[in-house]
Amino acid sequence: MEPLHQQPEIYLGVAAFLLAAGIFGLIRRRTLVGMLIAGELIFAAAALNFLALNRFMAPDRVVGQVAVLFIMGLAAAEVCIGLSVVIAVYRNYRSIQTKTLSDLSG
Amino acid sequence: MNTFPGAALLMNAAFGLAILATAAGALIAVLSRRLIRSVCGLALCCFGLAGLFYFLHSPFLALMEILIYVGAVCVTIVFAVMLAEPDEPPETGADRRAGGAWWTGAAVVLSVAVFWGVTRLGYGHSWSPVAEPVRQGTVPEIGLALLTTFSMAFEAISLVLVVAILGALVIARHGRTQP
Repeated sequence: MEPLHQQPEIYLGVAAFLLAAGIFGLIRRRTLVGMLIAGELIFAAAALNFLALNRFMAPDRVVGQVAVLFIMGLAAAEVCIGLSVVIAVYRNYRSIQTKTLSDLSG
Repeated sequence: MNTFPGAALLMNAAFGLAILATAAGALIAVLSRRLIRSVCGLALCCFGLAGLFYFLHSPFLALMEILIYVGAVCVTIVFAVMLAEPDEPPETGADRRAGGAWWTGAAVVLSVAVFWGVTRLGYGHSWSPVAEPVRQGTVPEIGLALLTTFSMAFEAISLVLVVAILGALVIARHGRTQP
């Protein structure tokens, strides 16, 4: 039997858990920053999946690491834009709850 | 193979600790009511993820995970929490009547379904391990690949980061003079 840290299924299970937690947070959190944190969890799940599948299935072990570096760059850009939007929203509405951003709802 | 007694046990313990930190951090990040605790949960989750990356033979990415996520992303979110309203208010009775419990139930059902489906996909497939790796994925090889094979993607991601920083400055600076 392989040692635990050399079974790809465990990594895939952890990544699925992170994805599920991120989706739960995206639906359930009521502030913009909370939703941003849940989005980060989904990015982390994608990165873990990339790296696990690359480590166990792909012959070239560089590609997955480069892909994860790109995911980290995209996540950083997303946080940067998201937080600036949060600050702009807070200046205008004095609140970052999603419920208050309802100018366009009928 | 193991010269040190109990090396396999230690390895399993460290691996379990990494998985536990990842899962507990994710749960704290989505379940706690105070935003600052959510950020701490995200940091814990990233530490655990860095441990998992280390077990996947990528120590460079483990360091990058700690450096970028814990060092930059979490600190930036903490700044935003300081500048904006910190907490979610407790759920009032009106919220609950307006379908808050229904939404929670829907979120639980959807996330459990996603978890079950993806896990079943992962465990149901018989993964055939690769015979002989072409490249081992060392740091010099990553650097070489970034500057040769992936050079255009590398330039594109730098452009995305520059545009994101400029856009963030423009958005957050607007309205600064308002009371």
